[in-house]
Amino acid sequence: MSDLQPFKLTATTISQKVRGGEWSVRDVANFYIERTERYSRDLNTHLFWDPADVLAQAKVQEARVKAKEDLPLAGVPVLIKDNICTRAIPTTCASKMLAGFRPPYDATVIARLRQAGAIIFGKSNCDEFAMGSSNEHSAFGPVLNPWNRAYVPGGSSGGSAAAVAADLVPVALGSDTGGSIRQPASFCGIAGLKPTYGRVSRYGLVAYSSSLDQIGPMARSTEDLALLLDVLSGHDPMDATSRVDPYPSVASSLGGPVALKGLRLGLVREFFGPGLADGTRAALLAAVKLMQEQGALVEEVSLPTLSHSISSYYLIAAAEASANLARFDGIRYGHRTARSGLSLKQLVKASRSEGFGREVKQRIMLGTFALSAGYYDAYYAKAKAGRGLIAADFAKAFGQVDVLVAPNAPSVAFRLGEKSQDPLAMYLGDICTLGVNLAGLPALSVPCGFDPTGLPIGLQLIAPAWEDGLLLRAAHAYEQLCPWTKQAQPPL
Amino acid sequence: MAYEPVIGLEVHCQLATASKLFCGCATKFGAEPNHQVCPICLGMPGVLPVLNRTAVDLAVKMALAIGGSVQQVSVFSRKQYFYPDLPKGYQITQYDRPYCLGGGVTLSSGQRIRMTRIHLEEDAGKNIHAEHASLVDCNRAGTPLMEIVSEPELKSAADAAEYLRRLRAIVRCIGASDGNLEEGSFRCDANVSIRRPGATVLGTRCEIKNLNSFRNVERAITYEILRQAEVLDGGGTITQETLLFDANSGRTQPMRSKEDSHDYRYLPDPDLPALVISMDRIEGIRASLPELPDAAKARLVQACGLADANAELIAQDQGTTRFFDLTCEAVGASYPAPAVANWLIAEYLPVAEERQWNLAESPIPPQRVAALLQLIAAGTISGKIAKTVFDVMLGSDEAPTSIVQRLGLVQISDEGAITELVERILTHNPGQLAQYLGGKDKLFGFFIGQIMQASQGKMNPELVNKILHARLAERRGRLD
Repeated sequence: MSDLQPFKLTATTISQKVRGGEWSVRDVANFYIERTERYSRDLNTHLFWDPADVLAQAKVQEARVKAKEDLPLAGVPVLIKDNICTRAIPTTCASKMLAGFRPPYDATVIARLRQAGAIIFGKSNCDEFAMGSSNEHSAFGPVLNPWNRAYVPGGSSGGSAAAVAADLVPVALGSDTGGSIRQPASFCGIAGLKPTYGRVSRYGLVAYSSSLDQIGPMARSTEDLALLLDVLSGHDPMDATSRVDPYPSVASSLGGPVALKGLRLGLVREFFGPGLADGTRAALLAAVKLMQEQGALVEEVSLPTLSHSISSYYLIAAAEASANLARFDGIRYGHRTARSGLSLKQLVKASRSEGFGREVKQRIMLGTFALSAGYYDAYYAKAKAGRGLIAADFAKAFGQVDVLVAPNAPSVAFRLGEKSQDPLAMYLGDICTLGVNLAGLPALSVPCGFDPTGLPIGLQLIAPAWEDGLLLRAAHAYEQLCPWTKQAQPPL
Repeated sequence: MAYEPVIGLEVHCQLATASKLFCGCATKFGAEPNHQVCPICLGMPGVLPVLNRTAVDLAVKMALAIGGSVQQVSVFSRKQYFYPDLPKGYQITQYDRPYCLGGGVTLSSGQRIRMTRIHLEEDAGKNIHAEHASLVDCNRAGTPLMEIVSEPELKSAADAAEYLRRLRAIVRCIGASDGNLEEGSFRCDANVSIRRPGATVLGTRCEIKNLNSFRNVERAITYEILRQAEVLDGGGTITQETLLFDANSGRTQPMRSKEDSHDYRYLPDPDLPALVISMDRIEGIRASLPELPDAAKARLVQACGLADANAELIAQDQGTTRFFDLTCEAVGASYPAPAVANWLIAEYLPVAEERQWNLAESPIPPQRVAALLQLIAAGTISGKIAKTVFDVMLGSDEAPTSIVQRLGLVQISDEGAITELVERILTHNPGQLAQYLGGKDKLFGFFIGQIMQASQGKMNPELVNKILHARLAERRGRLD
């Protein structure tokens, strides 16, 4: 079908045309199957890929389209980060520990996507258990950045970001614990949203840091982010941390540049210091200027306690991770050592030593240490206190402005291997995104240009809790002024 | 040397919910291994706990029943350790902020044993060690428990057993738990230390694990007190350790010493918001509290005139108390309450226990019992015949009156008829009569037996007694 052109489709148009009877679910599926077959191996975006399963799903959804069911995502292919459980489909978290593991249930977000008519289009590569910022910590090899294959796609949702950037799917799910949706979205030149904590159910997301994790959409347009957010949002009785209140549709509230009129934008001073790459700074300021011209009011704000976000984050996340990953003991599922004649203690130790990668072990040990008798108050309790201060700083800033503006990372994507031997340098790169998770806020990245080497740059917008709609309206307005994803495509 | 024992008890009591603490799996005892499990209680990747509301209600009920202070905000934490029967690698429990502080239970001596705290937690699964492998059964994993911790204020093994009995009576009375020791829904660990009388500092304590009967609690503590006394008398010191009681040998044995005790690395569970219990909810639960065993017993003694021991038995659980009250109400003034209690304790309750009746839905409800007792009160049947009628009632729905009529069990109170039979028996047993008249008084019972046998037990025993006495006395008089 000639309408089906690479980089021309969005989830919104697919759903409309499928429901309107112009396109069949099968044709759309075949178009993306062909692209996935052609590019996914080189980019290493996929950890599970089964076209037969895709076509079987397409058949089911086609019947529902014909039956005129209400399907907001009719026939929309969605790639799923491999730390989100899919029933009977391998869910490995990019870890040897879970190689071949097939969950007995669907995560709530998966059930919601299926219900909305979407096709689960395979599972994407990521950093092991979502721990990493470059996708180099995958037990199944790194993902390559489609804009330049010598560069990382960002992480941990690197497979989802790269696949969407290369148009192997129109949309994907990622998870964001400390920037894992926004940073790869910006490195790959796509849009990615980390919703307010509690807006999207975590049931079925393999927990890394439970108080920070949040699933969110990745797409090539903010319109698609909103479309997916509407499907994903809502109370889940299976998740005690999901909010009960209903959510009005965000997708139907997007109105273009008019949203910028009188919108108070706050530039976070601490992020625009000397650590920020020139190209990134220039692109962000240009974007801000453009919005200002449309009536946005711009001022500088300060978040002085943000300097504590890296230490707070890495203590809280590691502490929670050390408990969350305790269940992988090789007893009921997952990797079990092949060595025999071991005592119980040796069995668990050997299985975990063999199953987990270096970065995961490092964080488990950090968390275990921080929670040890006598250290709790010095580390975990203090990190929690720091978290409270950061949240208070954000709250104060939102007394002044409506939306905060920040980079997603100090620079564009870095080269593969550049930081992989230096965990601290890698952790420091997360400075721009961690505070949002610590404060539970909604934030997104939207493309805002390229640096001189041709690598994409993302604009991070941050809104008060539960203002995901405002956030998307602002981003959508900017995107209408400057539709970067329509102007440039990665060289495949 | 004389020592004063100091004992504190930790009771793990399974809450009587239909489902587990954090998932919807059933909690029934005795299911096929791993047949009451789901991804959540198996600790599969990605699952989340959601707190069972009923478990909280029952736990709050318990807190109120012992006069504890329900905390409006409490916190669930993760207690971390690796063990195959602990699917998540941590147990969700309340640590530094339990839902209940304080409260207590009063012993018959009048001593009030204060509670330190009660907290909510999930149970672990069970490891089964087979010949060539160890197996894990996760049916029990996630079962709701409340851990009830007493202050170290008990002074003897007997007091400890009494405390446990009283605690169990309370959980059963309020329906918080079935309190079944054999099935493990009421388990006890005892902390025991001894010190010189008058000492203010506590001695080093040992913890005795998993005592599964009241008798074993008493035996284990008694043994442990003697063991510690022996160590101290021999100039030794007590090592703090965890002990297991071996019911066969009657001894306690070290399980693990404190040196290799775990660092549990407690962490507030980020998957569960703080448990907030509103005042309205607490007051609503308070209003639903039934009459508690202590109050019931006092009422039975004071208002109903029951003997202390009988009152204790009737007040042991709410079902029995209610059954007694309803029976008294139905039987009316003709049959006094203490007699009703006697009859229930001697005849009814043993049958009910044997047949495992739920007294609230007993096949022989209070109204039918009352109908039977009224027949005794009216002199229609004797207490002995009542047993026969009760046996028939067990097998059918027939009214007691109808049974008595149909089987011709109506008591004969016609003095003429009784006199006639008495005379006949005396005449037919001249040998025994002669011996009796010769001074062998014991033979009175023989004649009673003969008369009751001849009348198939239907003659009014009091009248038989009176008339036989009169007739024999008359004959003796003649001899004189």
